[in-house]
Formats: sequence, C-alpha cells, structure tokens
Amino acid sequence: MIDKRANDIPAALGGIDNGATVMIGGFGGAGSPVELIHGLIDHGATDLTVISNNTGSGEVGLAALIRAGRVVKVICSYPRSANSTVFPDLYRAGKIALELVPQGTLAERIRAGGSGIPAFYTATGVGTELQEGKEVRSFEGRSYLMEHGLSADVALLKARSADVHGNLLYNMTARNFAPIMATAADLTIVQAEEVVEAGSLDPEAIVTPGIFVNRVVHVSQPAHEADLVAAGESYP
Amino acid sequence: MKEEPKLIGLDRDQIARRLAQDIEDGSYVNLGIGMPELVAQHLPEHTEIVLHSENGLLGMGPSPAPGQGNPELVNAGKRQVTVLPGASIFHHADSFAMIRGGHLDLCVLGALEVAANGDLANWSTSEADAIPAVGGAMDLVSGVRSVFVMTSHCTRNGAPKLVEECSYPLTGQNVVTRIYTDLAVIEVGTQGFELLELTPGVQIEEVRQRTAAEIIDARAGETK
Repeated sequence: MIDKRANDIPAALGGIDNGATVMIGGFGGAGSPVELIHGLIDHGATDLTVISNNTGSGEVGLAALIRAGRVVKVICSYPRSANSTVFPDLYRAGKIALELVPQGTLAERIRAGGSGIPAFYTATGVGTELQEGKEVRSFEGRSYLMEHGLSADVALLKARSADVHGNLLYNMTARNFAPIMATAADLTIVQAEEVVEAGSLDPEAIVTPGIFVNRVVHVSQPAHEADLVAAGESYP
Repeated sequence: MKEEPKLIGLDRDQIARRLAQDIEDGSYVNLGIGMPELVAQHLPEHTEIVLHSENGLLGMGPSPAPGQGNPELVNAGKRQVTVLPGASIFHHADSFAMIRGGHLDLCVLGALEVAANGDLANWSTSEADAIPAVGGAMDLVSGVRSVFVMTSHCTRNGAPKLVEECSYPLTGQNVVTRIYTDLAVIEVGTQGFELLELTPGVQIEEVRQRTAAEIIDARAGETK
C-alpha cells in the first residue's frame, strides 16, 4: 500500500547528505517551506548547493540556512531582498558562490531537468553578460543560447493539500516553482497543510501527480516568512 | 545669466495614464516592478486588460484592503495582490512559456538606458559591490511582442537615459518598441528615435537637448 507520509520533519528529511543539491520552492516568502528549511538546519547537512528563485529574507527560512553556513552556492534569478543582508554580506566577502540565471531560463532548466532534456536553446540573454561561456546557435535567422537542464538530489516544497500518494494542490501563487522542482529532484519532500486519504482529492484538479513526490509531512499551520521577519525572529 | 524656464513634464501617474491609453482592449499585459506598476491604476474604462504576473498569475487585481491580504497571493514585486474574476494560477514554467513563447501582447518596463537601436539596459548598474539580480527582465524582452518603456527622460542628475549606445549591461538587444517619458512619446524605428508626441508645453528642442541621440520628428503633419 502506498503511504508517503513521514511521521515528522526529521523523518521527512532523513538521508540528505552533505554536498547535496537542494531545490527549495518559493517566490520570496510565497510557497517557501519554512518548517522544512528549519528542519534542514537542525538536520545538519552542509556544503549544500541551493536552487531557489531568491535567497530569503530576514534571518529565517532560506536566509537562516545560508546564515548558518550550510550553503556554498546558490543558483537563482534574484538574490536580493529589501530586508536581508545575509546573502549579500557573504557574497561580498567571497564566502558563497552565485550562479545568476534569468527567471524564465531557471524555470525552463528545472522543467527540462525533470523531463529528461539535457539542454535546450532560448533567446533569453542573447547579447548580454549572461551569454558568457554559452554556445550560441542560429535558428531561422535568430540567435539562441544553449542552456542545460537542472536537476537536484532533493526538493523541499510546500503544498496546501496532499494525499498519501503524494498528489498535491497548492495555495494561490505559492505554487510558483514547486510543480517543476518536484519533477527534477531524486527525493522530493513536501510539507502540506492537510494530508488526506487517497481518493479525497479530485483527480481532475491535481496539480502535481504523486509520482513526483517521495515524502509528505503534515505541517498544519505553516509560518509565513514575512510574519517571522516582521516579528524580528531568527532561527535557530 | 538668464535662468532657464522650468520644464513642464508629466508626473509618474500622468505618464502611466498616457501609456495606458495605448493598451488595446483584450490585451494580456505584464507590468514590470516599480513605475510600470502604476499603469494598472490608469487602465482605460470599459476595457478588459488581463494583467500577468510572472510568478504565476493571470488576472491580477489591485492590492487587498488592509487586513484582507493573503501572504501567498503576491505579485512579481512580492507585494500582496488580489485576483479578478477569470483569473488563473499556474507554475513558473507555464508562466514563462507565456512570456518566452510570445503569448503576451505587451510588457511595460523601466529603464536605466534605452539606445537608439532599441537596446535596453535595466537590470544592473555594474557597481562593484552590487549584488547582481536579473529576475524575469531578460525573458520579458526576448519573448513579449511589444516592449514599452516607461521612464523619466533623464536621470535624477539630469543625464539623458535615451542614448546612442547603452553604457550599462544590456537586458536585451534591439527589443524596445516605444518609450513613454515625462516629455514625449518616442517610437524606436528602423532609423532610431522617432518622436510621436510631445507633452503639451514641451518643445522638441527641449527633448533634443535632453536626449543623447538623434530625434527624428515623426509627428503627424510634421516634416522630417
């Protein structure tokens, strides 16, 4: 019988190794799996490469993971935020690496990585600094850059509803990168506000099919990054 | 010395209102973060224009009433928004398929510089200690059919933003369709900057003085 539920966050995160590449869902605070990220800090894995659109805010969630010194490199499109100095300070000190990727190219690289596509061509970035080192090829008179698919050892994601098969529904724009990251990681771990039995979710409405999900952990009242930042909280 | 008369230009809301008049009914439009967001407040009445937010939303509505917001319903600037009837939510790869696949009709972006050949620089000032951040700007200019730039004609220090060649790192080459500033509406044509319209009270010589490239007078009824 398929039951992907993990008893608690430590169980959900079991087996993440040092040096892992970790995709983390979220666009700013929307969809950021704060409890799983804090669990990863407790778990202790280090030398991580993080793939996420941003680098967190305040001293909670992704910013806290970076602040704890666990991240050696981030692959993202927008590593600045109005209220975080964690990533900028480490970056200026040369203590963390950055691979800057246009947001649509980041999404498409993840989609490709999850779909068995090693590389593709896109017009995004042609003639810019971000073209450096990339193969340029012309199709029908227009120039395109070759970009590589991205995959990861682990994805940490947040959903509104999951069933025991790992089928997922999301909450509004918290969906963002989660459905594509789920496809691109060997071990996809999801925190969900509600976890229900198989058959409880309408198959027509499923956004992420359970085949892409390995573990589900119930987090009934997830914290919002912005609320924690506004309260001046810091983790751990 | 004779003091120069103060130039009468549009304020940000007036530029937004002027630009909004040129958005066709039924368009799917992405508004960039910052000044372009103002366009949402000036869309012509009796039209239905669907706003796209690259974090996965079509049919974006205005900010929520105080206390009514949802931290998981935000726009590309990470500010809380609402959804209008007919809205849809989708993941990032679908959202950028709309952008990169040429499905959006128009995007409106801010600018550091626009060159006479349509090159746009709007993502990096190249300062030594700046943290590079690109977001979706390069995707928007490469994929959206029309790219309107909304900007002040000059920087705060009075330096022209419309130039012969961009000095800041490019967002895209030959991508800008039209520019709306406090002083004028300017098309990027095959020959360069083509003046379509002056803000009332502004003379073409004043625009030329504040532009670091040739301005072709393309107003209806004017000789070039």
